[in-house]
Amino acid sequence: MSDRIFGGFGLALAIFYIWAASIIPDSFMVDVIGPRTFPYIVGGVLGLCSLIFILRPDSEPDWPHFRELLEIGMAAAVMLLYGWMLPEFGFLISTVFATAYLTWRLGTTPLMSLVTGALTSVGIYVVFHLILGLSLAKGPFGF
Amino acid sequence: MDVLSSLGDGFAIALTAENLFLALVGCFLGTLMGALPGLGPANGVAIMIPIAFSLGLGPTPSLILLTSIYYGAMYGGRISSILLNIPGDEPAMMTCLDGYPMAQQGRAGEALTLSGIASFVGAFFATCGLVLLAPQLVKIALLFGPAEYFVLFTLAFATLGGITATNQAKSAFAAAFGLGIAMIGSDSQTGSQRFTFDHIHLYDGIDFLIAIVGLFALSEVFIFLEKHKSGEIGKTGAKVGKLLPDWKMVRRCIPTMGRGTIIGFISGVLPGAGASLGSFLAYSLEKQAVDRKGETFGEGDPRGVAAPEAGNNAASGGALVPMLALGVPGSGTTAVLLAVLLQLNITPGPLLFQKNPDVVWGLIAALFIGNFMLLIMNIPLVGLFTRVLLVPTRILMPVVAMISFVGIYSITGSTFDVMLMVGFGVLGWVLRKLTVPLVPVILGILLGNEMEVNLRRALTISDGDWSILVGSPLAIILWVIAIIGFTLPIFLGRRMRRRMEANRSG
Repeated sequence: MSDRIFGGFGLALAIFYIWAASIIPDSFMVDVIGPRTFPYIVGGVLGLCSLIFILRPDSEPDWPHFRELLEIGMAAAVMLLYGWMLPEFGFLISTVFATAYLTWRLGTTPLMSLVTGALTSVGIYVVFHLILGLSLAKGPFGF
Repeated sequence: MDVLSSLGDGFAIALTAENLFLALVGCFLGTLMGALPGLGPANGVAIMIPIAFSLGLGPTPSLILLTSIYYGAMYGGRISSILLNIPGDEPAMMTCLDGYPMAQQGRAGEALTLSGIASFVGAFFATCGLVLLAPQLVKIALLFGPAEYFVLFTLAFATLGGITATNQAKSAFAAAFGLGIAMIGSDSQTGSQRFTFDHIHLYDGIDFLIAIVGLFALSEVFIFLEKHKSGEIGKTGAKVGKLLPDWKMVRRCIPTMGRGTIIGFISGVLPGAGASLGSFLAYSLEKQAVDRKGETFGEGDPRGVAAPEAGNNAASGGALVPMLALGVPGSGTTAVLLAVLLQLNITPGPLLFQKNPDVVWGLIAALFIGNFMLLIMNIPLVGLFTRVLLVPTRILMPVVAMISFVGIYSITGSTFDVMLMVGFGVLGWVLRKLTVPLVPVILGILLGNEMEVNLRRALTISDGDWSILVGSPLAIILWVIAIIGFTLPIFLGRRMRRRMEANRSG
C-alpha cells in the first residue's frame, strides 16, 4: 500500500513537473532542442516509474509507530526552528537548545542534555569560529 | 615512464607541510567517522565538504583532506564490526562475520591488526592499479563525443543500483528525481528560468551540497531517532587483548589478501559494483577457495577477516578510476567526491589529467602517503579509536547534526538553505523507508546539467537528428552495457541479495 501511495505522489509530481516544464519561457537564444525537451524526458521517466510502483508494489516497509513518527516530526520541527532562529538569537544560544533537545530525546537526562548542549555549542564555536575562522550566525550579542 | 615522472611531481606537491598535515587530519577524522556506527564514508565526506570550502583551501589541499577522510573511513569501518558486531559502514558488514567471533574469543586485537594489514594491502595495491589504469581509460575517453558522453551518463544511472538492486524502477525513479532537481534554476544554454516560479532563492538552482548533507547525514540522524526509540541499538563490550598476531597467521593470510585485493579492485572499477559488493565477493570466494565445507569460516577464521577488508579497501581505490578518468562515479562516496570537484570548478573526466595534472597526481601521491599514515594509526594507535566507541551515540548524533548545520550555514549564509537541508533530511528518511536508493538522487543532481548539455550538443551537431545517440560503435557498446546492467539485476538481484543476507545471518 505504501508503494501505491508513493506511486500516486510520484505520478502527481511527474504531471506537475511536465506542466511546469511546458511553461518554461523561451529566451532570445535558441538551440535545436530548446530548454524543455530534457525536462520532458525526466518527467516521463518519473511518471513511468510511478506507474510501476502502483501496479507492482513492493512488500510493505516497516513503518514506525505513531510515537516514533511524532518523535521524528518533532525533531524535524526543532531543526527547522533552529534554522529560522539562527539570525535572531545567534549561533551560540540557538545551538545550546537544539543540541539539548536532540540529546534529551535520544535518552539523556534533561540536566545532562543542557550541559551537553552548552559544551557542544561552545566547542563548535571555539573550533570552527575562533580557530578555523568560519562565519557563524551572529546574534544580538555578537555571537 | 611518463606516469612515473607525473607521480614524482605529485609527490612533490603532496609532501609539502600543509598537505601532509591535511592528509594526517583527514586520515584521523576518517578513521574516526568510519569507526562510529552510522557515519559511513559518504556521510563523513559530505559533512566535511562545506567546512573544507569555508576554510578557503585550494583545490589540491581540499581534495587531499577529503579523500584521506574517504580512505580513513574505509579503514575505520572494521573497528566497530569487530568489537561491537555493528558494521561502521555498509562495506564492513562482511567483516563482522569472522571479526566478531574472534573478538569473543579474546582475539580482538589480533583481528584488528590483521584487518589493518589487509586494509593496507588492499588500498595500497588498488592505488597502484589506479595509477596504471586511469591514464589508459583517459585515452579511451578522449574519443568520446557529446553523444557518447550522454550515453555514458545513462549507463552510470542504469548500473548504479548494482547487481543487488531489488527494484530497478525505484533506482530509475531516484535518478529521474535527482535530474529533475538539477533542472531547477536558469538554463545553462539559453538562460531561460526553469522551475523557479519567480522564487529568488531558486534562481541559481539548488546547491548540491545542501541536498547531499541533508539526504545522507541528516536522514541518518532521523533513522537513529527512530531506531533508538524501538530499542534496536544494543551495547556490547569486548576486550582488545594482545595486538600482535603471530607471524604464521599473517603469512597464512597473504594469499587471501592477494585474492581479496584483485576481486575488490575489479568490483570497484566496474560500474554499479562498489565496495560492498567487493567485500562480499572477496569473502564468499575466499570461503569457496579455502573452506568449502564451512568448518572455520564464521567461527573466527582470520582469513575471513582479511579477505573482506582487503576487498573493500581495494574497491574504494578502484572506484576512483572511473570517477577521475571519466567523471562518472560508480558509488555513493565517489559521487560525493565528484561533488568536491564540481564545487572547486574542476571538470572531472579525461581533460582533468591534461588540464590539472597537479591536482590528479598530487591527489594520488597523497593517497599513497595517507595509506602509510593509516597503517600506523590503525595498528599501534587502534586503542585510541576503540575508546571513541565508548562515547554514547545519543550524544554523538546531535553533535554530527550540528556540525552539518554549521557547514551549510558557513558556506551559504542563508537560513532558507538551512531549512531546505532539513527538508532534504526528512525526504531522505522517507525515501530510505520506501527502499528508494539515495545515491542516484545525488548523482542526478550532480550530473544533471552536464548530461543535458551533452545531449543538446550532440543534437546540435546532428541538427536535431536523434539517431546520433546510436551513431557510433562506441555509443552502441555503451548502450548495450547500460541495458544489460539495468536488466540483469531484475533476474539476478533477488538471488544475490538473498545470498548476502543468508551469509550475514548464518
